[in-house]
Amino acid sequence: MIEIVNVKQDKQIKNEMKLEFRAVSSNEAFARTAVAAFVTQLNPTLEEISDIKTAVSEAVTNAIIHGYDGEDGEDCKVWVSCLIRNDVLEVEIQDKGVGIENIDKAMEPLFTTKPELDRSGMGFAFMEAFMDDLEVISEVGQGTIIRMQKKVGTSSWIMRED
Amino acid sequence: MEEEFKIIDNYLMIRLPDEIDHHRSVNISKTADKYIMSEKVGNVVFDFERTTFMDSSGIGVIVGRYKKIACFGGKVFAINVDNRIRRILLLSGLHNIVEIME
Repeated sequence: MIEIVNVKQDKQIKNEMKLEFRAVSSNEAFARTAVAAFVTQLNPTLEEISDIKTAVSEAVTNAIIHGYDGEDGEDCKVWVSCLIRNDVLEVEIQDKGVGIENIDKAMEPLFTTKPELDRSGMGFAFMEAFMDDLEVISEVGQGTIIRMQKKVGTSSWIMRED
Repeated sequence: MEEEFKIIDNYLMIRLPDEIDHHRSVNISKTADKYIMSEKVGNVVFDFERTTFMDSSGIGVIVGRYKKIACFGGKVFAINVDNRIRRILLLSGLHNIVEIME
């Protein structure tokens, strides 16, 4: 009994990290790779890593293309912060760009305000599909915060079964 | 790894890079369109053999090229599709316009 309690406590590792970078498209790969590297401590499956990378890539791309409308001045920054709570990854992507006028509309699959740039309108749909939880907070003129959560790693819940 | 383009008969073969995101997709689309316009190819084949990552920008590349050739009766194919890429294609309903070759 005591042993199981100890195992549980060991699993409640808390960890966090924050990134700040310029809103340029070459940083998209950097952001998703950094988050993927950070999450390895939870022993994710290859599929989970791939899911997280896709979701982060979508959110960061949105911040760059839509939030800052392709501008990449010195003031155009994107923040990515990650928090590990037990076996759940919480990731937040923030920009201080134009914000989203109608969040419900923006989240509709295939809806895009930039069809001329070959945007598919699937960004939010992918974030929703690949993560467990998605929250969008936005104010016009202030910016946008995307909060996502995903339970990672199968080893811990197998142990917690009993 | 850069993307590679090759024309075989009436087909534009695009060997996609290891990662397809917004940053990489801009160039793929631009170069593909150049080939489609100048060489007058009817069909496009996307080769995912080297691709380990794709997000919705990749969907945009495929849909955009499809729109360019579909009005002339052209078709879009995808080859060497692994489970991860297949999931993304199915999720966005692209299997209706792209023929996934086994």
